[in-house]
Amino acid sequence: MKISKLHPIMQLATAATLALGLGVAAQAEEGAKLIVNGEIEMVTRTAAPAYIDGLDEIISGWEFRSTETQALQMDDFDNSGMLGVDSALEAWNKVQGPEQKSCATCHGDVESMKGVRTVMPKFNEEANDLWTLEDYINNCRTERQNVEAWGYTGGSMTNMAALIAVQSRGMPMNVAIDGPAAPFWEAGKELYYARTGVLELSCASCHEQSYGLHIRADHLSQGQINGFPAYRLKNAKLNGIHARFKGCVRDTKAETYKPGGPEFHALELYVASRGNGLTVEGPSVRN
Amino acid sequence: MNFTRRDALVIGAGAFTAALLPIQAFASLADDAEAAFTGGAATTDGGIELTAPEIAENGNTVPVAVSAPGAVSIILIAAGNPNPDVATFNFGPLSGSQSASTRIRLAGTQDVVAIAKMADGSFARAASTVKVTIGGCGG
Amino acid sequence: MASGVKPRVKVPKTAAAGETITIKTLISHKMESGQRKDSDGNLIPQSIINTFTCDFNGQNVISVELHGAISTNPYFQFEATVPESGDFTFTWNDDDGSTYTDTKSIAVS
Repeated sequence: MKISKLHPIMQLATAATLALGLGVAAQAEEGAKLIVNGEIEMVTRTAAPAYIDGLDEIISGWEFRSTETQALQMDDFDNSGMLGVDSALEAWNKVQGPEQKSCATCHGDVESMKGVRTVMPKFNEEANDLWTLEDYINNCRTERQNVEAWGYTGGSMTNMAALIAVQSRGMPMNVAIDGPAAPFWEAGKELYYARTGVLELSCASCHEQSYGLHIRADHLSQGQINGFPAYRLKNAKLNGIHARFKGCVRDTKAETYKPGGPEFHALELYVASRGNGLTVEGPSVRN
Repeated sequence: MNFTRRDALVIGAGAFTAALLPIQAFASLADDAEAAFTGGAATTDGGIELTAPEIAENGNTVPVAVSAPGAVSIILIAAGNPNPDVATFNFGPLSGSQSASTRIRLAGTQDVVAIAKMADGSFARAASTVKVTIGGCGG
Repeated sequence: MASGVKPRVKVPKTAAAGETITIKTLISHKMESGQRKDSDGNLIPQSIINTFTCDFNGQNVISVELHGAISTNPYFQFEATVPESGDFTFTWNDDDGSTYTDTKSIAVS
C-alpha cells in the first residue's frame, strides 16, 4: 500500500481499517464487464486522454463497487434510478405554462436527445458561457415554456438529467476542451488540484493519487462523472454532478462552492474531460 | 432516506463500533420476534436457504433472498435492528416456488435470520452474519 | 396519499400453461422507518407500505407484510405458476390508508 503518499489523516483512517481487519467492502473482480440489459456494452476502462498527465488509464466508478452493487446497474428493472427516469418521462410529455408547451412540443420523442449528454458541459455561443445539461433544461423552462426554473440539484431536475442521459447510454463521453471552452477547462483544472478544507485535500489527492485504496472501508474511485446522475444506495435517490461535488468538498471540511455556480461549472468540464472515452452510464448505481 | 450530516456521523460512529462485534443490545427483541412467529416451537437447520452478502457496501440497501421448498410462509428478521421485524412472505396457491428476494436496511453488522413455517407445521431456520461497512465518501 | 408513489412491475407477456415465471416489482416510496429523528430531535413517525399482494385471476400468488427495515423503493422478486391466460393484480397498502395497484396481462399458449 502506498500509505506514505497519503495525507496523515488518511493514513490514520487507512491504518484504522487495516487494524480492524474487517469491514472492508469486497471490490468486484477485475475484468468484470458492464453490459446493461444484456445489450448496452459499456466502456468501463480505457486509455486516458493525452491531456491528462496524472492517469494512464481511466476507469468507471462501476469497477470500484461490490459485486452486489454492480449487479443493480446491469438490469434496468433492478436499477432504482429508473424510477426517476420514468417520472421525468411524464414531465417530458406534460404540457404546461402559459405557452402550453411540453418538452415534446419542441423536441418530439425524447430519443431526439441522443448524444446530448456526451458533450455536456459545452460552451454556449449565445450566452457566451459554459452551459451544463441542467442549464439547457432550465433555459427551456424559463424561455420556451415560460415556467419557473427548477432547483439546480432538485429531484425534478436530476430526474430529467437522467432521462436525457439514458438516451446516450453506451456512447463515449466527448466534451470539447478547446476553443472558447479552453479558459473554463483551465479554471476547472486549477480547482481540481487545489487543496481545500481542514483536511487539505484536492480532488487529485483522492481520485488521482489514491484511487483503488481504501478511505475507511470504502474504495476510492477515480471520481469519474460519466455515470451521473447516480442512484446512491446511501440516500436512495438520483444525485446530480454538482451535488456530488458539494459532498466531496464538504468532506474535506471546507465551505463548498455553490451547485450551479461558476466554480462547479468549470470543474464539471475538467472532470468530464478526464472521462472522455468512458461511456455514458446515467443513471448509474453507486453506494 | 435523507440523512443530515449529524445523522451520518451518529450512524457512522455506531457502525464503526458495530464492526467490532455484532450488535447484542436488541437480541432479546429478535428472540421475541422469532417466538411470535414459531409460537415457541423448535426449529430445524435444514430446508431453508438464506442468501445475503457477507459484506454490505451500504446498510441502507442490502439484497437478501430466501427459499424454503414446501413452506407456507417465511419470516425475515434482522437481529441487530432496533425493530428486528423485516418482512413476512406468505405463499399462495399460485406461488411458483417458496422463494423471494428483497432489499433491506441493516443498522450495523449483525445476524439476519430467516424462519420458514412448513406445511406440516414444523419450522426451519437459517441465519447469516452480514458485515455492514460505513464507507468513506461513497466513491 | 404520499406524493409521487409509482409502481413498476415486470412480468413476461407470454408463458406455457403451468409454467413458472419470475416477477419483479418496485414501487417508489420513502419507507420512513420510524427510527429517524428530525433536526429538532423529534422522532419522525413511521410511514411505510405495510403489505404487498400479488394475485392471478383472483387466486393468491404471494402476500408480504413489510416493516420499517425494508429499503426505500421496496423491491420484490418471486415466482408464480400460470395455469391459464389472465391478469396479475399487484396491490400495495400504505400506512396512510392509500392503496396503489397495477395489473399485467399474460397470454398462455
